[in-house]
Amino acid sequence: MMLRLAFGSLMARALTVGMTILAIALSVALFLGVEKVRTGAKASFADTISGTDLIVGARSGSVQLLLYSVFRIGNATNNVTWDSYQDIASRPEVDWIVPISLGDSHRQFRVMGTTRAFFERYKYRSGQSLAVADGALMDDVFDTVIGADVAATLGYSVGSPIVVAHGLASFVEHDNQPFRVSGILAKTGTPVDRTVIVSLEAIEAIHVDWQSGAAIPGQSTSPDTIRQMKLEPKAVTAALVGVKSRLKVFALQRAINEYPQEPLLAILPGVALQELWQIVGIAETALIAVSGMVVVTALIGMMATIFSSLNERRREMAIFRAMGARPRVVLGLLIVEAAMMAAFGAALGLGVLYIALFVAQPLMDAAFGLWLPIDPPSLRELWVLACVVGAGVIVSIVPALRAYRMSLADGMMVRI
Amino acid sequence: MGSGPAILSLKDVRYAWPGRASFALDIPDFTLAASESVLLLGESGSGKSTLLSLICGTITADAGTVTVAGTDIASMSAGQRDQFRAEHIGLIFQQFNLLPYARVLDNVLLPLRFAPLRRARAGVPRETASQLCSSLGLPADAIAAHAGMLSVGQQQRVAAARALIGAPPLIVADEPTSALDAATQTTFLDLLFAQVQTSGGTLLMVSHDARLAPHFDRVVHMSDITRIGEGAL
Repeated sequence: MMLRLAFGSLMARALTVGMTILAIALSVALFLGVEKVRTGAKASFADTISGTDLIVGARSGSVQLLLYSVFRIGNATNNVTWDSYQDIASRPEVDWIVPISLGDSHRQFRVMGTTRAFFERYKYRSGQSLAVADGALMDDVFDTVIGADVAATLGYSVGSPIVVAHGLASFVEHDNQPFRVSGILAKTGTPVDRTVIVSLEAIEAIHVDWQSGAAIPGQSTSPDTIRQMKLEPKAVTAALVGVKSRLKVFALQRAINEYPQEPLLAILPGVALQELWQIVGIAETALIAVSGMVVVTALIGMMATIFSSLNERRREMAIFRAMGARPRVVLGLLIVEAAMMAAFGAALGLGVLYIALFVAQPLMDAAFGLWLPIDPPSLRELWVLACVVGAGVIVSIVPALRAYRMSLADGMMVRI
Repeated sequence: MGSGPAILSLKDVRYAWPGRASFALDIPDFTLAASESVLLLGESGSGKSTLLSLICGTITADAGTVTVAGTDIASMSAGQRDQFRAEHIGLIFQQFNLLPYARVLDNVLLPLRFAPLRRARAGVPRETASQLCSSLGLPADAIAAHAGMLSVGQQQRVAAARALIGAPPLIVADEPTSALDAATQTTFLDLLFAQVQTSGGTLLMVSHDARLAPHFDRVVHMSDITRIGEGAL
């Protein structure tokens, strides 16, 4: 009966109570949303590469190497010479090695030169392989395989011509060597979706008429001539390495890091990811703190509404007192009301979150390659909701104590 | 009438509101016998409300004893007094004395929530409450409504039903008719008296309106029972 009365009292003040609940709901949705994006991004990052034991590149930072080789974020400061690459490839510990050559772009998408082994060796989301959705892998020097997002954004289909630009934000296009789309990869949710993949030879082919980063004036080699040329790369940007035995990983890593001919760096993707989390961790904490503050603000808003309602509710409290309710019943009633508001707010917030997820999922995927899973609420999320209700109760104790003192003083006689 | 044992007795009661030195209530002797109906007349400021608070135990006398149904109010803790009030006293106020957002039956049943003995006396509470409401002349659709939807006259009947449910020995009414017009007043009082008689309770009504006097066994003036301190309002 007391619950029913508390509920009735809330319904009687539907507008202010509704606003309070809405504020709590939005703050809860924001908090849970930030959590979703955070864990989603983390999972998405962690899912991007699997099955690769070592990533080798020129000596820089391990996080930097990971970012540019796997996530296409940032650039390599230096390359790995073809000789060194060959040297590493021939080491006995190495089971397989896939070269990666970056530095060119097509529209807003990066171009990556590699070998066909990439399609066999590159694994994502605990061991899934790349799959061709349409067309075939590249056969010719001027064939490209494009990621799903590239095809979707630029409207390409198998057979579409492509012109590759030198550098990343350059308007100098390698327009004398037209490429064509030979295959489109199935969606992976990784940076591969936003990559134009060509053969290692193609990268060389584009630069036949180039020297020191600039086109040689007047020189133009026809595609057919290029096809006849021996297109051996002088350098690659990085290499993905698989070892024969997991036990050999550290030995190989040390050997590469101490490679005498050239300063190289070999990283374990998992370890580099951990380092990345440590860097991102501060921003993450800040983000959680801010969204937590929003929840606190909403709860303080609720406290303010309860406070401002106390005066107009003195008569109501006096009626309770006259009927024999102890002041602590009045206290309890206000706390129960606050708990109800917080609980409605939390539940509504969860609802808002799922609606937002439903709407934002394809958008986030398209814009950032971030796939936010729509799962039932996790234990952690339920804990957050419980904490919001708990905090609502704690916050409401302040106005409830005031009501307690008021009803103690008023008794059953109110003079307003 | 008026021959049973005392249901309410105040002896040498003195009370002054804290921080309001100008007002003090002093009642040497005031007694209500069981099943008696008494009209207590007094102007506003004569100490009626203070007297009611003393009887109901939301305040306690500075001196003297207030005894309700044989129990000295001062001997109980604040919490015990609250429960004692719920068990033994049915209250009707001037107006606005229902929870407007709650249904009529929930309003009527509210005191039982705090008074287990009274609840036991009420039989099947919801049925008893409906019956009381009907005998006080409330139509069925009004009984099902939220209290805030009723007219003032209907609200007072609900308040009466709430005071009467579970047959508390003492019914205290504070100007219950002042918001009603003359015709409604009479109807209300007749219904109230009938129900008080059925329950066998004692009725103490406080009012400034001497015209109500013929309904009662006894009429007492505030000035007859009090000695008001200096500078009373």
